[in-house]
Amino acid sequence: MSGLFRPKREAPADRSAGDRVRHREKVRSSIRENIADIIAEESIIGRSGDRMVKVPIRGIKEYRFVYGDNQGQVGEGAGEETERGDVVGQQQQPGRGQPGEGGDEPGVDYYETEVNVEELINIMFEDLELPDMERKQHAAIETLRQSRRKGYRHIGLRVRLDRRKTVKEKLRRERVRHGSATARPDGRMPFHEKDLRYKHRTTEIHRESNAVVFCIMDTSGSMDTTKKYLSRSFFYLLYQFVARRYDSVEVVFVAHDIEAKEVTEDEFFSKGEAGGTFVSSGYRKALEIIADRYHPDLWNVYAFHCSDGDNFGSDTPNAVKAAQELCEVSNLFGYGEIKPRGAGYYGSSLIETFRKIGAANFQTVLIERKEDVWPSFKAFLSRDREDAK
Amino acid sequence: MNVDLDQLKRYDERITELAMAYGLDCFEQEFELCDHNEMLGYMSYSGMPSRYPHWSYGKSFEKMKTLYDHGAQGLPYEMVINSNPSLAYLMADNSVCLNVLTIAHVYGHNDFFKNNFTFSRTRPEYTLSSFKSHAERVRTYVEDPSIGVDRVEYVLDAAHALSMQCQRNMAVRKVPQDEQRQRAFEASLPTDDPNRSIHQAQEYIEPDLRRIPIEPEENLLLFLRDYNPFLMDWEKDLLTIVHEETQYFIPQIETKIMNEGWASYWHYQIMTNLDLPPELRLEFMVHHNQVLRPHSGGLNPYHLGFTMWDHIYKSHEGIEPADHRNATAGKDAIFQARESERDSSFLRRFLTEELCQRLGLFEYGTNRNDYVVTEIADDIGWRQIRESLVTSVGMGSIPVIKVVDGDHEGKRNMLLSHSYDGRELEMGQAEKTLGYTFRLWGRAVSLDTNIAGEEVRLTYDDDGFAAAERAA
Repeated sequence: MSGLFRPKREAPADRSAGDRVRHREKVRSSIRENIADIIAEESIIGRSGDRMVKVPIRGIKEYRFVYGDNQGQVGEGAGEETERGDVVGQQQQPGRGQPGEGGDEPGVDYYETEVNVEELINIMFEDLELPDMERKQHAAIETLRQSRRKGYRHIGLRVRLDRRKTVKEKLRRERVRHGSATARPDGRMPFHEKDLRYKHRTTEIHRESNAVVFCIMDTSGSMDTTKKYLSRSFFYLLYQFVARRYDSVEVVFVAHDIEAKEVTEDEFFSKGEAGGTFVSSGYRKALEIIADRYHPDLWNVYAFHCSDGDNFGSDTPNAVKAAQELCEVSNLFGYGEIKPRGAGYYGSSLIETFRKIGAANFQTVLIERKEDVWPSFKAFLSRDREDAK
Repeated sequence: MNVDLDQLKRYDERITELAMAYGLDCFEQEFELCDHNEMLGYMSYSGMPSRYPHWSYGKSFEKMKTLYDHGAQGLPYEMVINSNPSLAYLMADNSVCLNVLTIAHVYGHNDFFKNNFTFSRTRPEYTLSSFKSHAERVRTYVEDPSIGVDRVEYVLDAAHALSMQCQRNMAVRKVPQDEQRQRAFEASLPTDDPNRSIHQAQEYIEPDLRRIPIEPEENLLLFLRDYNPFLMDWEKDLLTIVHEETQYFIPQIETKIMNEGWASYWHYQIMTNLDLPPELRLEFMVHHNQVLRPHSGGLNPYHLGFTMWDHIYKSHEGIEPADHRNATAGKDAIFQARESERDSSFLRRFLTEELCQRLGLFEYGTNRNDYVVTEIADDIGWRQIRESLVTSVGMGSIPVIKVVDGDHEGKRNMLLSHSYDGRELEMGQAEKTLGYTFRLWGRAVSLDTNIAGEEVRLTYDDDGFAAAERAA
């Protein structure tokens, strides 16, 4: 009796590849289901895309009937005397274990994995789009630029050389000339320039209609840190979404207190706050810009406004009127009211007032906590598909 | 690093020579060389060269690879399959000493697989081919356009959750339903009473012979397969496959301590008699002590098993061990035990007070968030410690849950019963697992168990999970 030895395989197959991919898919869909919690927890806002965040994963644990720990277990000592009553360790707190280990603890139905912010944002936006997009004149927006295979050519880039086709061409030429495709006596197989075949690619451009997104934010004195944070979170998501999904949708930033100004992206996300609130000023500014640069016949207009609704009473009728006008020229006008819970002073609300606008393309949401940001964002952008269901 | 195959073969010849002289009785042994990535691959599929696809194997690969890459966990020195011929893997990156040690260790396992009674029904000649056939069948279902990977996983996920709820001891014959019915009928007949003329007539209780199952059924997957009329053939086949693969692994679960102890015991005997060059000898001692070090607070099966085998041998031989080549009382004792015991019986028979003390065994329980020592191995406590070990090793760590009624309340609901022995079920897991049972049964599933001294019935139906106190 002696063993049989089999040498190492030259090119071992990566046998678990398929199952790993499947597992990653499960992780991904688990993330998608819990995205609202993750966003609320991790505050990805403003983080650079390659940063890693820890994300709890649910639903891909494997369950069995197991015992809890109401009865004793046996361990062995490390040499020193053990006495009854000695404390030999602590129970692991759920969710505080090392990545991948928390799941071993009974009853904890999630473990953590690391995902980078970039991937997280991609997952978030997977099934959202700007609603009610209409075909306008002079469609100019590229939504997709795709490179596709399209036949073969004699000339091309070296990397696109198709070796198999080239050799076939060469053999064909040899056969035509010599009646057979045998190699020359000296063993060489020279190629002619005409033998070369390159894969040809063309670029396809998909165009969609023009669109512009207005981000209107209240930067008055009543917008404290929390409110500011909530509204910026909302606009950050909006901006990321538009920038990622549409190659050239235009975004206009408007900040207002009692006066409105068009600002740059940087200013918009970092601007300090002061002054009172004339909501109408923001809308007027937007209307002005629309009249100036984005004619509704040519452009799909989307406007979103975040405010704490603490408007000067005298301005409210104007605000309603301006909002109505804005509804007329835009595909969707969304108003998000930021009212953190327990803010103590509960100021006036515009949501009630805006109810009477009654335009089909007007939407309001109430954002009370950071957990609300994502659902309200989704409510705006998946509106039409929910209607369709 | 390129491994010197001829050198390993030379060592192997001397190892097998010694193993035979010691009386080890092995299947033919095959070794396959691989790198660490392949090793991780084999590990995630329990060593099988071919296994059906499922995401859980990908998960286990990722987990092991992460631990390995971060140096938190080394790779096992040995990975050996109970098949005939037996198949083991050697890592080409390992040192010569480590590979020689692995070879010696593998022959110990091989002998155990061939001779221990728990493995007697595993049919090792068919191991590789049956796993391969399972893999092919599952792939067929995955590729079938009318089934597809999602539906296959839907069933497999649920089947995996229940797979351990099966027959524990394959040496016990499974009584078919007909026979059970016959048995129930005979039990209901009045006993033969020679004095029946003066005794009061026994009351006849009609047995319920239509009940399914007649006697509580422990093979949950097979019961679901046989009594859920709405399962498709391919779904039934998946349940069969998962059941069969679990049955294959149960003997290994049941003999972990004995098996690892046995292999360690023999690799030690072989390696110390192999006349290794001094530097290899030293390296061997380092590896040996690393594998056999006690896991403080836990339980290292290699260490526990090795210590016990050594103790059994020495207690029959006096202090000085004799040469293993000659038949002795100590050798007879260990070879008998390796044939007829499994972990629970092995511990009950051979774990003495002296051993408990030498191993520093203690029992611990939870008190709020602390693990507190409840018993130590003194002359009072050691029996409790042994008892606690005996009930928790091998399949003892899996709750016993049986089907008692397949047509509960006449609604084709299922009633399961947990044989409560003082250990409570973990509720979170029980809820999910009951959900999987419901998925495969298609009707409400209830489970009777005990929680904090109360008799409780857990139910999973269309409305989800619910727990209620059981009416007396």
